Amino acid sequence: MSARCTAARTSLRTAGIMVVFTVAFTALMAATFEVTRPTIEASAQEGKMRLINEVLPRASYDNLLLDDFVTLGPTPELGLDDGGHIFRARKAGEPAALVLEVIAPDGYAGRIQMVVAVGADGRVNGVRVTGHRETPGLGDYIDPKKDRNKSQPWIEQFADVSFADIGLDKWKVRRDGGVFASRSGATISARAVTHAAARAADYAIRHRDALFTAPAGGRL
Amino acid sequence: MNLQSFRESAWNGLWRQNTGLVQLLGLCPILAVSTSVVNAASLGLATVVVMAVSNFAVASLRNFIPYEIRIPVFILIIAALTTVVDLSFNAYFHDLYLVLGIFIPLIVTNCIVLARVEAFAAKNDPVSSTVDGVMMGLGLVCLLAVLGGLRELVGNGTLLSGIEMVFPGLSAISLFGPDYPGFLIGILPPGAFFALGCLIALSNLIRSRAARHKTAAPHPTVPTPATDQPASAA
Repeated sequence: MSARCTAARTSLRTAGIMVVFTVAFTALMAATFEVTRPTIEASAQEGKMRLINEVLPRASYDNLLLDDFVTLGPTPELGLDDGGHIFRARKAGEPAALVLEVIAPDGYAGRIQMVVAVGADGRVNGVRVTGHRETPGLGDYIDPKKDRNKSQPWIEQFADVSFADIGLDKWKVRRDGGVFASRSGATISARAVTHAAARAADYAIRHRDALFTAPAGGRL
Repeated sequence: MNLQSFRESAWNGLWRQNTGLVQLLGLCPILAVSTSVVNAASLGLATVVVMAVSNFAVASLRNFIPYEIRIPVFILIIAALTTVVDLSFNAYFHDLYLVLGIFIPLIVTNCIVLARVEAFAAKNDPVSSTVDGVMMGLGLVCLLAVLGGLRELVGNGTLLSGIEMVFPGLSAISLFGPDYPGFLIGILPPGAFFALGCLIALSNLIRSRAARHKTAAPHPTVPTPATDQPASAA
C-alpha cells in the first residue's frame, strides 16, 4: 500500500474520531442551552426591570413596561448608531413617562451607554449609566455603583429635575456655566453624560406624542 | 487516590507549582481581573470549576483520545465545558454572573487549563485529576485574592468592594477613610505587573530561605521526585 493511501486513511480515521467528539460535546452544549434558556431569559427581563425601577418610581405607572416599547432605527440625537428602544410607561392608560436608551458618544474612553427616564410632563425622572469604560477611580463615578460618595451619588442630580426650567443653555456641568456639579479632574465623563441626558430629554419632549401613540413593538 | 498523593497535589497546587507564582501560566486573566478582591477571587473560583470538570472529563476519556489529535480534542472539551459553566452560572447564579460574566469565556484562553489537562489529566485517573484541577485552581484563587487585595488597597483604599453583588448585606471595608485620594496606578494595568512582580519576588525569597534552611539541616529529608514539569513561562 502506498504511503499516500495510508495517509488518507489515517486522516479519515482521525477526522472521524474528531467528529464523534465534536458531536458529543456540541450536544452537551445544546442541551445545557435548552435547559438554562428560560431561566436566563427571565433573569435578563428582571435585570432590565430593576434598572428601570431605579430611574422611574414603580408607583408612577401601571402597565407592563417591558412589553410596551417602540424600536428606533439609527437616531443620531440619542447617539444610537444601531438603533435602540424606548419603553413607554402609562398610568390608567394615560402617558406617564418614557424610558430611553441613550448613548453618550464623547466619554473619556469611548461611548457611555445610559438609560434616561423622561416624564410626560417634561421632567427628567432619572438617569443611569449601564455600560462605560471610563477610568476606574477617576471618571467612573458616573456609575453609582462605583461612586465613592454613596450617600449622594453624582448621578442623583438628574433625579426629578425639570428640563424646561433649567433649559438647554444651563443643562451643563458648572465648569461650562451650567447647573450640574462635576468632580475635579474628571469633567469629561460628567460632561458627556450631562449632554446626552439633555439631548434625550429634548428628544423625548419634542417627539412625545408620536412616541406615545406609535403601536407597541412598532418601529419608528 | 490515597492521602499521600492528595497532600502532594494540594501542596503542588497551592504553593510548590502555584500557577501564578511559579508556573506563570495564565497571566492574561490574572493581570486583567485582579483590580479588586471580589473580581479576582470570583474569576479564580470560576476557573476552579472549569479546571475540575475539564480535568475530570479528559481523564475519563483519556483512553479514547488518540495521541496525535489530543490537543484539538482537549481544546474542544475545555471550550465546551466552559460554555456549559458559563450558561449554568448565568441561569443559576445570576448575581455572581453579573460580576464575572465577561471573564468566564476568557477561561478558554487561560493556558493553565490546557497545561494541567496535558501535563496531568491525560496521564492520571479521573479522581486524582479532579483533585489536581481543584488544587491548582485554589492556588490561583489565593494568588488572585492577594493580588486583588493589594491593588484595591493601593488604588482605592478599600477591600472587598463589590461584595454586595455576591453577598447582599455585606459591604466593602474602607481602610483609609473616605478622603483617601486613591493611587490610581494600583488599579490600572501597570499596577498589576508591579504587584505581581512584588509577590513573585516575595515567594522566591521564601523559597530560597526554605531551601537554604533545608541544606543546613543535619538530617536532610529525602527529596521526592517531582511529578510535574519544571517551571515554564506563559
